[in-house]
Amino acid sequence: MRVLMFGWEFPPHISGGLGTASYGLTRGLTTIPGLDIIFVVPRAYGDEDQSKMRVIGAGDVSLDSKHMRFSKVLGQISYIEVNSNLVPYHSPEEYEKLINKPANKNRKLIHTTMGGKLFFSGGYGKNLYEEIANYALVAGQIADDNEHDLIHTHDWLTYPAGIAAKSVSGKPLVIHVHATDFDRSGGKVNPTVFDIEKRGMEAADKIIAVSNLTRDTIINKYGIDASKVITVYNAVEPVPDSERINMKRGISDKVVTFLGRVTLQKGPEYFIQAAEKVLRKMDNVKFVMAGSGELLERMILWTAASGIADRFHFTGFLKGDDVFRMFSISDVYVMPSVSEPFGISPLEAMQSNVPVIISHQSGVAEILKYAVKTDFWDVDAMADAIYGLLNYPSFSKTFIKYGKDEVDNMKWENSAKKVHSIYKEAINR
Amino acid sequence: MRTVCLYFQVHQPFRFRTYRFFDIGNDHYYYDDYTNESIMRKVADKCYLPANQLILDLINKHKGKFKLAFSISGIAIEQFKLYAPEVLESFRKLADTGQVEFLAETYAHSLSSLKDHDEFVKQVMEHKALIKNTFGQDPTVFRNTELIYSDDIGSDVYRMGFKAMLTEGAKHVLGWKSPNYLYCNAREPKLKVLLKNFKLSDDVAFRYSNKGWSDYPLTAKKFAGWIKATPKEEEMVNLFMDYETFGEHQWAESGIFDFLGALPGAILDGTDFTFSTPSEVSESLQVVSAVHVPNPISWADEERDLSAWLGNEMQQEAFDKLYSLKDAVYQTGDDELIQDYKYLQVSDHFYYMSTKFFSDGDVHSYFNPYSTPYEAFMNYMNVLSDFKIRVDASVSEGMDSEISRLSKIIKEKDEKLTKYEIELKSLRKRKLRTASSDNVTTADKSGTKKAAVKKTAISKDTKKPTAGKGEKSAAKKGNSAKKGN
Repeated sequence: MRVLMFGWEFPPHISGGLGTASYGLTRGLTTIPGLDIIFVVPRAYGDEDQSKMRVIGAGDVSLDSKHMRFSKVLGQISYIEVNSNLVPYHSPEEYEKLINKPANKNRKLIHTTMGGKLFFSGGYGKNLYEEIANYALVAGQIADDNEHDLIHTHDWLTYPAGIAAKSVSGKPLVIHVHATDFDRSGGKVNPTVFDIEKRGMEAADKIIAVSNLTRDTIINKYGIDASKVITVYNAVEPVPDSERINMKRGISDKVVTFLGRVTLQKGPEYFIQAAEKVLRKMDNVKFVMAGSGELLERMILWTAASGIADRFHFTGFLKGDDVFRMFSISDVYVMPSVSEPFGISPLEAMQSNVPVIISHQSGVAEILKYAVKTDFWDVDAMADAIYGLLNYPSFSKTFIKYGKDEVDNMKWENSAKKVHSIYKEAINR
Repeated sequence: MRTVCLYFQVHQPFRFRTYRFFDIGNDHYYYDDYTNESIMRKVADKCYLPANQLILDLINKHKGKFKLAFSISGIAIEQFKLYAPEVLESFRKLADTGQVEFLAETYAHSLSSLKDHDEFVKQVMEHKALIKNTFGQDPTVFRNTELIYSDDIGSDVYRMGFKAMLTEGAKHVLGWKSPNYLYCNAREPKLKVLLKNFKLSDDVAFRYSNKGWSDYPLTAKKFAGWIKATPKEEEMVNLFMDYETFGEHQWAESGIFDFLGALPGAILDGTDFTFSTPSEVSESLQVVSAVHVPNPISWADEERDLSAWLGNEMQQEAFDKLYSLKDAVYQTGDDELIQDYKYLQVSDHFYYMSTKFFSDGDVHSYFNPYSTPYEAFMNYMNVLSDFKIRVDASVSEGMDSEISRLSKIIKEKDEKLTKYEIELKSLRKRKLRTASSDNVTTADKSGTKKAAVKKTAISKDTKKPTAGKGEKSAAKKGNSAKKGN
């Protein structure tokens, strides 16, 4: 079985959970005999580990040779109005209109570089919609060039690519929902994004949700038939002890860590509130907010205004080894997410022997036993838990020991097996 | 006599390197030597050296008629010594002409005057001594960091023995009054206050090379004309500015050095004005009025207040946390910590945290190593955290040694006590022995009374040890009481 997989990020060039999860799962899938994966990203840097799978950068695919044939396909999908500042499609109505338009006579649809290639930043910049659309365009070409039995895409950025590929090859489409816009926006859903997501879900033969929380959102908020939505939990890549980074601990104070994007979705303000409460009871503790995001500046001002800035530190975005460095000096990890489809980072913390506090509003809370769980808004309970883990060694020891066992048993191979059976169902349907 | 009082501020901070959370407790070096050295070298070559040479030439040319004043922060002098000793040498040459006055300020170009009286006095005295040492002048005129001034600060300064102080002729303080007179402190009338003429000063410092300015291009003749045009009864014009105006804020290509070179001549020949140093002005002119400044002012930004350094929560927080460490820092008596504490106080660190982007962002971004004020804050707080760890460690080390010293004393006293006890015991035994031998001799002598005497002797014997025991337990009590201390 050959799977054509579309992602947006591939290690080492990742900016968050999506890249980590799609890579981990793909690695797990490669352990299944007879399963062959082509992983497509908008931009390949050349330093990706290709030992287990082929990685194709969409920016390296030349559109030139088959442009004629391809433009026919474009006529059918034609959500492309690239190289203008317009978003691919504004509303369902407009989308319908574009879909039903006969083949566009004017072939000056897209601007390519020399050699018929498109440029992709592979980031999340201001030309995101354009890149999504271009990605879909190239996806069709890739689907045409590469034999495959199934298409698998990760999150909304890649859904149009999946739809395009499916329309070219006619193979079943599996979409993997790592997050929905309801999670990211805190309820204020972006209609464009919502529309792309809904289109993707409707076009999919099977939908994989990373938790029951996300599965419910897909069914209830997007109106998708429950029978085609299946939950497959994420896992975590094991870190051998030999590779574990142990930083020299320069501070005798305890360290409580928040690690993630500093955005509405992750609930950074609840972490600060809990910190304030804990600091009223003890002062030999430092709080660290590791990550960046649109709320960072407000959070900094907040800690300054409440007079705890000497005990509350900001590191900015941490990547690669720095994440593990951070864990190695942490005594408690807190994930107060307001809406977290899954949440891999608590698992990484537990691997590093750090007890974790997670919100009930996270998917990972559905499977973790040895984690303290509170509601994201319940800062008193959160402060209690932080205080307890810092001051009662037996309490934290329990969580560290059993948590480590628990997380060591979560393997991507297991998730991959479930995904494999979903593939089979999709193909045999 | 009408006079121009020219004064330049010279200062460069020790900028911090990017100091990450992971560095806290592990790496105690905070400074970006490369940046500090390269900025100092650049400013020295573009401004300090050519400007000092020009001023030296002007002093020689005008034979005693051209005078001016500098304040050079202690931190800047340290950096000259490290990175550009020839700049210090050229300032010394200026000092040798006798036409240049060096003013006192806070050693670290700090905001201590706003927060901590003791620290303020300490830094001023340290700077005064440094100026005396470096230039052989004992400063009598004070100018605070960035011309920060209030009635309170003025009276502090007076009590430190200064006779005059410089500050901004801020509009909201002066109202209808003119800065072109000598004023005095509202609390201490003996402290003269010189006010900056910000219109004329800023024409040079900020507007000189602005091509959109209606008076562009500014020539020395035109500028002298404006000075001349001030009302006849006004006595002086105070031109205060950053020394970096020459060659750095305004590039050499703009002609700023030609302007400076022509200015003394234009003023001396074309107007009725002379040049004076601040201390001469404060001695020769009459005070016209007190100036009331209940809230601190400065020469920064449009508001002329403290908002550039202490305008937002981050700045306030960092400032408060910094000064809350003061007592502990001095308790350590550790020179290295005290030095770092000075460098932490440099006002530029707070300036980098300013969020006043829109009105005065240009000036704020000047030589600013951070791309956002938030970064500046994060970095500063990380450094401060590490600093605090060092201070705490040093203080507790000090406490440990104090405790061990005291326990040593207790131990010594214990030993003495046991020694005395043993001595006491042996003395008593000896006494007892002599007493019993006495008895024996008397008994031998008396013969008939033998039995009766022996009885008393025995009863005496039995009593003695009990008394000894009582003494011993009392000694022990005293001993444990001492331990309790």
